[in-house]
Amino acid sequence: MGGSASLLPREALGEYQELTFLSKQEILLAYKRFSELLPKEERENACSARVPKSRILTLPELRANPFQHRICHVFSTSDDGDDSMSFEDFLDMLSVFSDSATSDIKSHYAFRIFDFDDDGTLDRKDLEKLVNCLTGQGEESRLSTAEMEQLIQNILEESDIDKDGTINLSEFQHVVSRSPDFASSFKIVL
Amino acid sequence: SLRIQSNEGWTSGSGAALPRRGGVPGGGRAGCHVVASPAPEPLRFLPLAEVFAPEETRAAAPVGFLQQLPSYQSARRRRSAPGGGTQERRAAPQGSVRRRGSEARGPEREEDDQAARPAREYPLSIAEKRRLRDWQQADTKYLSGWKQWKRASSKSVKKVLNEAKELSSYLQLWRRDIHSIEGKFGTGIQSYFSFLRFLVLLNFVIFILMFSFVTLPSIISKYEIFNSTFAKIPPQNTEAHCTVYTPSGNKGLVSFYTYLKDLLSGTGFLEVTRLFYGYYTIDAAWFSILRYNLPLAYLLATFAYLALSFLWIIKRSVEGFKQNLVHDEDQFQSYCNKVFAGWDFCITDPNAARLKHRSLLYELQTDLEEERLKRKIADRTVKEKLRIYSLRIFINIIVLAVLSGCFYSISRATVFSQENSNVSISNVNFQANLLVQYLPSVTITLANFIAPQIFSFLIRFEDYSPYCKHSNLKKCWRAQVGQEMYKLMIFDFIIILAVTLFVDFPRKLLVDHCSWKPVQWFGLQEFGISDNVLGIVYGQTICWIGTFFSPLLPAIATIKYFIIFYIKKISLIRTCKPSARPIRASSSNFFFLVVLLIGLILAFIPLGISIAYIPSSKACGPFMSFNTSWEVVPDTVLGFPTGLQQVIYGIASEAFAVPFFMVICLVMFYFMALAGAHKRVVEQLREQLVMVRFDPLFCTPKVFFVMSVVGHAEGHQFS
Repeated sequence: MGGSASLLPREALGEYQELTFLSKQEILLAYKRFSELLPKEERENACSARVPKSRILTLPELRANPFQHRICHVFSTSDDGDDSMSFEDFLDMLSVFSDSATSDIKSHYAFRIFDFDDDGTLDRKDLEKLVNCLTGQGEESRLSTAEMEQLIQNILEESDIDKDGTINLSEFQHVVSRSPDFASSFKIVL
Repeated sequence: SLRIQSNEGWTSGSGAALPRRGGVPGGGRAGCHVVASPAPEPLRFLPLAEVFAPEETRAAAPVGFLQQLPSYQSARRRRSAPGGGTQERRAAPQGSVRRRGSEARGPEREEDDQAARPAREYPLSIAEKRRLRDWQQADTKYLSGWKQWKRASSKSVKKVLNEAKELSSYLQLWRRDIHSIEGKFGTGIQSYFSFLRFLVLLNFVIFILMFSFVTLPSIISKYEIFNSTFAKIPPQNTEAHCTVYTPSGNKGLVSFYTYLKDLLSGTGFLEVTRLFYGYYTIDAAWFSILRYNLPLAYLLATFAYLALSFLWIIKRSVEGFKQNLVHDEDQFQSYCNKVFAGWDFCITDPNAARLKHRSLLYELQTDLEEERLKRKIADRTVKEKLRIYSLRIFINIIVLAVLSGCFYSISRATVFSQENSNVSISNVNFQANLLVQYLPSVTITLANFIAPQIFSFLIRFEDYSPYCKHSNLKKCWRAQVGQEMYKLMIFDFIIILAVTLFVDFPRKLLVDHCSWKPVQWFGLQEFGISDNVLGIVYGQTICWIGTFFSPLLPAIATIKYFIIFYIKKISLIRTCKPSARPIRASSSNFFFLVVLLIGLILAFIPLGISIAYIPSSKACGPFMSFNTSWEVVPDTVLGFPTGLQQVIYGIASEAFAVPFFMVICLVMFYFMALAGAHKRVVEQLREQLVMVRFDPLFCTPKVFFVMSVVGHAEGHQFS
């Protein structure tokens, strides 16, 4: 293809295979898709370039995802706080969402994605935002206040073991390990 | 207030020294949540979160029994992992130094953890994982030679396994197709297609099994490859006319119609091929000095494919179902499952996403409503309960009546067909003849079509909660032999093709081009997962029964399912709209496999009866010289050396079976008791976890000290 004439160097490929859960094919495909997001002149140094969040969100795998902003925020290692992603951040993201990632890693990152206020626990406000993300963005596609209360109460009943009104990482991982759908739904494949 | 958030997994490796991305400081708080306890001494609380540097709180080791908690185990693992659980993913120069320091504290305990966990299993950014890996490699130098070799070899073994896994996933059939279906329709419908792929694979393996153990030896010995010879089954002391079987094949020129008819009904030229078991008349094949007992191989291959199917289905259904036994709540329906695992991250189509949002909203609202209703139901009066139960009994009686009607009509049709299929063939009667031949198949398919409609209508009155629908099975068929199985299979395939061509596509064309109100209201169909699954399980059950009578049937089944995959995929993408109700992959998978298992067990029954009781045909097949097919096994055992015979007779006798059964019961009771004990321990631990928050005894000594200091200070203040 025209713009992605530069390939990933071999040592880098081997290293990424070792440090992520992706296969060689998947890493090469990720490299190709990442370079396509860059403007033509930057494609030579795809490994060190950073892609702004708005470009990342044009990927079909992310554009329909209600958690797209949280995903970019969690995986970005940008110093400026603009949630731009480098190639390694992109690989990290794909690695966590791949088929072969351990459920430990997946639940850890799921927790961070659902933790909207980044305080280390899922409290009622986080759960409310989470449910609103699931049901959609319109006014008519939200649960009523009473239903939301009932739902959050049920969730806390099922998952809050120490009854402190919030879900911490261990409780989240515990409840998700018993959830049969988590592994198959928390998956992105390019 | 003395409030220190308890958050075991969040030991921040980077500490408070680094600038944060912006957000609440103290994202890595750990320790213990202490609230006002009903103690006589008034304890005052202070904000002391900043007092404790995060890594210091690692020293707190909860009391012994709490160490059994899975959350504590995982937290301990993470604590021993350098920088585990860090919220900061930026390069932290101090981080590596601190990590090394913490590692030096407990080298013995951590070492095994380190050896087991490669860098990529830590939730860190790639840069941090790279540093971790370099540190791990540097650390290896300090290990003994044995441990070094162990680590190096395990690493290379893992690498090889990875490569093999990569290669095998590359070879996976239909990976791209299923992935695109998943992106557009979600994981629920994708599970149907994965199920179809599993059936193709299963049938292929069964075919390989039967072919290599039954058909191949007969071919090899017939054509005398590898200097093999065969011995035909010796003639019995029965009348000549009983042992001579002329298939109703045609000699000489045949017209095109008869050829087509034979192809569709398995008679004529097909009858004398290896497709049907009548062909296998070889008693034994000789490969140089080895004697290959073909009848025994036929029987054992049958048992083998049944056992293989059984074990494979059980293995698949257990995979997604691991921890269901500890809690009473239904794992599939729990709210946490629906909220935390509700969104399919693989959806790429915005339309599908919109529908998914809507279906999630609908599902959550329905569940909350149902819960409110359940509270009401608990207050049902006795009169209402009586009404509901009598209605349910009445409906079950109707269902049984419909089922027996189906059975009766199928048996009448079969008898009629058998009696009248021996008319002479002529072109004029071709259609009539074919219809008579196909009458049982038509009846079965009609029954399969009508009965479910009746049952769906009746279900509405039974007033079960929606999820009971899954257990309402509708099966109406009766075992037929080889040709009937073949006919059923072909007919089933034709029907699927015809329904797609003549119902689905015209409906889509109608909806697209006709703007008449009723048509638009009727709309496109949804992909009916239950009906489709029952259809293919029905086909698979026929295959299982029929393979005993027709060893090459699995090959036909493989090809049939292969083509059905593409038919269903095209029908789904072009003529179906995504379903309004959400379909969960895990419960769908489990449901498919349970239905398949029931089909397999139902297949055991006619096969068992025909192998053990029904006398084998004297004129064809590999069991001609035996009274029943099963007899070949005792016959072979008689040929074993006496010692082995004694052992086998001993195992089959009551003196062995009864104690064996008792031992199995004891083992089962032991495991049940163990599970019960574990369940009680988990409940106790849960209760204690709640108490931990309130009881200062379980907090860190530092906290205790600070609390006493504060209490003291407050006491002074008040006195």
